[in-house]
Amino acid sequence: MTLTPPAIVVEDIHKAYGELKAVDGVSFTVAEGEFFGILGPNGAGKTTTLEIVEGLRVPDGGSVRLLGENPFPRNVALLPRIGVQLQASAFFEKLTAREQLETFASLYGIDAKTAGEMLDLVGLTDKADTREDKLSGGQRQRLSIACALVHDPDVVFLDEPTAALDPQARRNLWDVLRAIQERGKTIVYTTHYLDEAEILCDRVAIMDHGRILAMDPPATLVRGLDAPTHVILERGSLSLEDARAIAGADDVHADEVSLTISTRTPAPVLSTLAERGTLDGLQVRTATLEDVFLDLTGREYRA
Amino acid sequence: MSGAFTSLSKAMAKGFFRDKATLFFSFIFPLMFLVIFGLLFRDAGAEKIKIGAVGDGPVLAALEQTGAVELERFDSVEVGVRKVRDGDLPGLVEATGDTVRLRFAASDQSRAGIVRGLVAGVTQELNVRASGQPPRFAFAAEQVEDASLKPIQYLTPGIMSWGIAVTAVFGAALTMVNWRRKQVLRRLRLAPITPSTVLSSRLTVTIAVAFVQALVFVGVALLPIFGLRLSGTWWLSIPVFLLGVLAFFAIGMLIGAFCKTEEAATGAANIVVLPMAFLSGTFFPIDAAPPWLQSVSKAFPLRHMNDGMMDFLVRGQDASALLVPCAVLVGFTLVVGFIASKVFTWEDS
Ligand SMILES: Nc1ncnc2c1ncn2[C@@H]1O[C@H](COP(=O)(O)OP(=O)(O)OP(=O)(O)O)[C@@H](O)[C@H]1O
Ligand SMILES: [Mg+2]
Repeated sequence: MTLTPPAIVVEDIHKAYGELKAVDGVSFTVAEGEFFGILGPNGAGKTTTLEIVEGLRVPDGGSVRLLGENPFPRNVALLPRIGVQLQASAFFEKLTAREQLETFASLYGIDAKTAGEMLDLVGLTDKADTREDKLSGGQRQRLSIACALVHDPDVVFLDEPTAALDPQARRNLWDVLRAIQERGKTIVYTTHYLDEAEILCDRVAIMDHGRILAMDPPATLVRGLDAPTHVILERGSLSLEDARAIAGADDVHADEVSLTISTRTPAPVLSTLAERGTLDGLQVRTATLEDVFLDLTGREYRA
Repeated sequence: MSGAFTSLSKAMAKGFFRDKATLFFSFIFPLMFLVIFGLLFRDAGAEKIKIGAVGDGPVLAALEQTGAVELERFDSVEVGVRKVRDGDLPGLVEATGDTVRLRFAASDQSRAGIVRGLVAGVTQELNVRASGQPPRFAFAAEQVEDASLKPIQYLTPGIMSWGIAVTAVFGAALTMVNWRRKQVLRRLRLAPITPSTVLSSRLTVTIAVAFVQALVFVGVALLPIFGLRLSGTWWLSIPVFLLGVLAFFAIGMLIGAFCKTEEAATGAANIVVLPMAFLSGTFFPIDAAPPWLQSVSKAFPLRHMNDGMMDFLVRGQDASALLVPCAVLVGFTLVVGFIASKVFTWEDS
């Protein structure tokens, strides 16, 4: 455990919009240098939670310490140390990508050269002179992230930064975020990509209906689930009866294209299958965050 | 801090100058009014009464010197009289030797009266002078200011004030609404800058744009074809100009604070500015309006900006005329600005 004070301490925050409890008693702590993810379905309260921590919204109750200070009312001393990418990108009308970034940079006293490097970092150099409204969705997203990072903040808040990104851009962003973390910065982010959260985050919080349902490192969450391993075969390579007869097969079901065997003892099941020579097109899927999510929210996850 | 001010001002200026519709309504549209009205009314007010003249002599020469009439020469009395009979001319002066004879048409009473008075007056004056006696009654005539401004002289300050007011109101209101709707204000709130930096950079851009507008409008009106003539105290219009911009900027901020969408802001701005434009002497001199309308118009800041601009740009008033327009505009700015600052929000809801 580290001795440095935590970057963020949130205690029992509440926020209601009329009858709707958008955030309903959320508490968590993010250590300095930690990569913290918040997951949850639409309307779970992720954005609201994040914006309360940033100081953009005032909670109805509870307390927030951000880098040891209170983020609201508007705390100007704190602002240069945090970087925020809002869920909806905020750009100046009619300015090019480069101009947007330079304008934001100058608000923090950062020169145009650094802004140019930032553009390079998110792979937008060839779009530098394109106006904001002519950028694609993913390009806007990348520009918005660059604007959040340009002043090299200590704590970075990203609200669904990888939404709308193509696989290549997503991987690139992962590299950027990892590099930032390696320099000791704290990152808090929300996402709908559970596989991504599993790879990137030191810890994740799973939210629904304004509450945190679980909070741990992804591996711990998955292990704690005690979920079966799924062995997936091509349909027709094995009959349902034969599959059910395999020792260790807990459950078997089939759809048009595949046959799935659920098991808690994958090794003997796989060796039995190998003996029968039915390994063609075989896939093994162990539990992931998606299963955790399904288990916690009772909802199938669809990104 | 100054870096933030500069870059925000630049961002807003670029937003302004890159929008073709905004440029059109800020520059071309008001200029169209200036050009059309300027050309349409170019000769109005300079119109002189035409009188027919036959013969020659000191009376005809003196008549011409009054500058009030234009003489149309005829070789014979018959031709001239026919013109008067046909109603083409109000009168014909026949000067032969020491006799001056005026024939006039009775159909147009008022013009006949003017012509009679003029010719009689000039003749009597010459008579007095010929007698060698000093005149018993001194008669002095001087032109008072200034119901007879040439149209371009009142059109320029009027249309200029209107154009500047429209641009200031719309610019301030639409920037605020757009920035709030697109979350730029929220994002700015997360940057280490003060609200007054945002406000002052927007005001700076508004003043800069208004300055360019003023240069363009006055520049065009000064072209020989329109013939604007600036008075010697034109520079006293600068404080009126600045305070006027400030007042309309405050109105724009108020609208921007109230309205959620650009459409609503455009509507509200039109509702505020259009009546002012028609009732403040933008397109016609307000002195010609009925008294109640003049009183109503005094409630509008545009009227006072207009008056101030006219006083100094073309009427050549001295600094004492600054007081009323400046005081009204300052008061307006303070009141409206105060309300705007109370209603202002960084984001919707
Ligand atoms: N300003 C607001 N006024 C009223 N209700 C709001 C407001 N902001 C959020 N809500 C409500 O609060 C709930 C939580 O919203 P929030 O934006 O935090 O969800 P989210 O987890 O970020 O969802 P998403 O994945 O769609 O971004 C939603 O039901 C939303 O309708
Ligand atoms: Mg959200």
